[in-house]
Amino acid sequence: MTPTPLDLVIAAITAWLAIGALGLLRPRDLHFVSRVLFPASAAIAVALAVVAGFAVGKLPQSTVLPLGLPDLPFHLRLDSLSAFFLVLLGATSAAISLFSSGYFRSSDGTAPGLIAMQYHAFLAAMALVLIADDAYVFMVAWEAMALASYFLVTTEHRIPEIRRAGFLYLVIAHIGAIAILLCFGVLQGGSGDYTFGSMRSVILPGGWPSIAFFLALIGFGAKAGLLPLHVWLPEAHPAAPSPVSALMSGAMLKMAIYGLLRVVFDLLNGQLWWWGVVALTLGLVTALFGVVFAAVQSDMKRLLAYSSIENIGIIVAGIGLVILFKSYGKSLLAAITLTAVLYHTLNHAFFKSLLFLATGSVLHATKERSLGKLGGLIHRMPWVAWLALVGTLAISGIPPLNGFVSEWLLLQAFLFTPSLPQTFVNMLVPIAAAALVLTAALTAYVMVKFYGVVFLGRPREPNLAYARDAGRYERVALAYLAAGCVLLGMLPVNVIAFIDPINLMLIGSSAAPRISGNWLFLAPIDADRSSYSPLIVLAVIIGVLLLTTQIVHRFYHGRVRHAPPWDCGFPLQTPRMQDTAEGFGQPIRQVFEPFFRMERHLPSPSDLAPKYWVKIDDHWWHWIYLPIIRGAAWLARLAGLIQQGRISVYLTYSFCTLLALLFFVR
Amino acid sequence: MTPAALASQLLQLAIALALAPLLVGWVNQCRAWLSNKSAPSLLLPYRTIRKLFAKDAVVAESASPIFRLTPYIVFASMCCAAAIVPSLATDLPFARAADAIALVGLFALARVFIALAAMDIGTAFGSLGARREMFIGFLAEPALLMVLFTASLISGSTSLATIVDTLAHRELAIYPSLAFAGVAFTMVSLAENARIPVDNPATHLELTMIHEAMILEYSARHLALIEWASALKLFNYSCIGLALFFPVGIAEAGGDWQAMLGAAPALVAKLAIGGFLLAFIETLSAKMRIFRAPEFLGTAFLLAVLAMLVNQLLGS
Repeated sequence: MTPTPLDLVIAAITAWLAIGALGLLRPRDLHFVSRVLFPASAAIAVALAVVAGFAVGKLPQSTVLPLGLPDLPFHLRLDSLSAFFLVLLGATSAAISLFSSGYFRSSDGTAPGLIAMQYHAFLAAMALVLIADDAYVFMVAWEAMALASYFLVTTEHRIPEIRRAGFLYLVIAHIGAIAILLCFGVLQGGSGDYTFGSMRSVILPGGWPSIAFFLALIGFGAKAGLLPLHVWLPEAHPAAPSPVSALMSGAMLKMAIYGLLRVVFDLLNGQLWWWGVVALTLGLVTALFGVVFAAVQSDMKRLLAYSSIENIGIIVAGIGLVILFKSYGKSLLAAITLTAVLYHTLNHAFFKSLLFLATGSVLHATKERSLGKLGGLIHRMPWVAWLALVGTLAISGIPPLNGFVSEWLLLQAFLFTPSLPQTFVNMLVPIAAAALVLTAALTAYVMVKFYGVVFLGRPREPNLAYARDAGRYERVALAYLAAGCVLLGMLPVNVIAFIDPINLMLIGSSAAPRISGNWLFLAPIDADRSSYSPLIVLAVIIGVLLLTTQIVHRFYHGRVRHAPPWDCGFPLQTPRMQDTAEGFGQPIRQVFEPFFRMERHLPSPSDLAPKYWVKIDDHWWHWIYLPIIRGAAWLARLAGLIQQGRISVYLTYSFCTLLALLFFVR
Repeated sequence: MTPAALASQLLQLAIALALAPLLVGWVNQCRAWLSNKSAPSLLLPYRTIRKLFAKDAVVAESASPIFRLTPYIVFASMCCAAAIVPSLATDLPFARAADAIALVGLFALARVFIALAAMDIGTAFGSLGARREMFIGFLAEPALLMVLFTASLISGSTSLATIVDTLAHRELAIYPSLAFAGVAFTMVSLAENARIPVDNPATHLELTMIHEAMILEYSARHLALIEWASALKLFNYSCIGLALFFPVGIAEAGGDWQAMLGAAPALVAKLAIGGFLLAFIETLSAKMRIFRAPEFLGTAFLLAVLAMLVNQLLGS
């Protein structure tokens, strides 16, 4: 009997767990962990991606494993949606595991073997989330994922800020988990059967579907980083080691997107149009907020974390548009939009992992995370710099790379909306499209800042001269992800054909034949309407580039002199005169001032030791979180009043309770 | 793709390459006249480019390959853009590969690279220019997209060639949304082409410059390519504006040679008037402080969004 794809996926999960267990055997042996365990894990990830890739578009398979509590076996199922996200998980984690082979060093934090165990438990939990077919397994895997990633975030647990960031992450992860649990509680509709199969068949009465939708939005939004539950992201990502940040941003956030798609389109029957408006608005607000905050960051990993919030916002806005289209019965348009959403999800996994891993290499080479102390690394670290350039262009939505394709599809989807019957929605759409393009343009600003300050210019600190380029494993991993960005941008027709079975499954309509004109062109609905062909664009750009170079070199005498920079003839120039990250973000800070809560200190002109500082804070923190924290502290103090610490007082309490009970029971 | 279409494509690209410096020369001449100065020759931009090609290139010691690659990339992306924008005829086979959104993407490609190259040397002015350019860009780019969206909602297509075909050769109709879009587009073009009131192409007063600050370190062939690319950008923007808002005279797709021949004088006349108007606007206005630029571009962006809303309200 040949094993089914589902069996192979389960085997991969088991293998990851086994690798994690091996890590425990020799926790201090760095060589064993980095040269044996992580490469093996990368190989398993590749195998998983391939197996899952073949399962997309096949009939769903399910199985029941006799694990867990009595009478509650594990229901597992592999369908196209799961398989697509498994491909995403496998394809990105392969690079991240390979990178990890060269990344982890001995430190006074968690031992390498222990990291390997947590890392592989994290991977296995994510894969299990994707194939879970009942609420019980789903929650177990979901919690395992949260816990494993919590321990990974706090790898450097001797630093108090990192412990604090980890705690914040854990708290919000659990708020989300409670919402998801309640959502499943609503979805089972009183049947008491928590398998997804029975949830699909239950028809919820009245307002219950809306309640389930909102619980899912809160629960998965907390994991994905939707406003206002985003605050953990910019804390946890810088705290975690870079491969873990990459895995969290590239893969784990996508698990939340998976969950949202699963609940909204698979488990719930029928969607209401105003859910779409809510998701669209929330997504766009999140996206704009994320990108504006990214522009003013001066820590490179915080910057990328905010950029992840932005991308999740774009994805959720896309999901909102899908709901709108589907609720109005425009299944073809819904399918096109869903394609754009899934495409963007895949793209984001690639370029964000690439950029996070690149920051890891920079961090290792320079021991510096603050943008203000970097610069000029393209001369010292050409491999990392050039590969990061691909990621930078891709995330900025520059044609012909992958970020542009998904953005293009999403904008096309927005242009289709005038066909909707509701005027209010039709009026909303231009504003939503405006917000989306504004976000996309700001992303370019943010990424020019990130790349320019880190890799270009002159080194801002003398010790950057000793920076060394990334090692072999790291280079391969970065090159693989960069190649992914290029290929995903070049072959949209193939990628869309690959995604299409999910449209068929969730929307009931196929988009690929209507999106792809032929193998060369993307042409949604109609070639006359719009078409795009990245291969031709690239060919023409490169053709003109080569032709110009050739002509210039033929007719130009080719004399080149090297000289110090001119800079309008200013004689004294130091690298400190370049824009810092704060300086580069300053215009955005000024334009979007209401977004920030700023504290600024301006020195007086007569100050002999002037100090200028500005502190940028998140309004949400002060609007929501601090009041809750204060409220909790107040309640705790009240509870503290009755704690006198004397046995006689406690005996009085018991006595009073007994009297009260006797009074009630009688 | 027919040979005639290919010929039309190549001809329009060649015309863009050849006429772009002339347009810059014409605008400069008009500016000089309007401010009562004696005007430089119409052919001065050509001579500048030729002169620059004859010079020795000076490259800063701290430059990385990005610095030397950028002029070629900027030039190539402007050429690509010129291949999409209909100037004489709407017969553009390449427009099928890249629509209006891709056009904005191509402009973004050029912008990102020129900003990166400006930061590459590590001088104060370079990073200042890069920051300001991206700052202008983040508002101008969405405004431009919204203008193009308005036009594509009217014609039901995002391909520039089809949009222009629809606008030029459908029965005459007046679209109120295009009025808003036209104003927004004018404002965006001024900002994107480093014109007064946002930037001043003639200045080398350090603290006010944007575009010039970014290309301070360039010389010789690199500078020549960048100057040529800027001229092409102005030409492209002019042609987009003319094609969207005054599409009179553009030859139809599948048109014959006579139509193309008829379109050429119309194009030259429209460009001459457009160039004069540009110089007129520049002479009348004063350069703004950089922090007034968001208000200016924000207005353009809102006007463009309004254009789309009007379009939705009235129906196309």
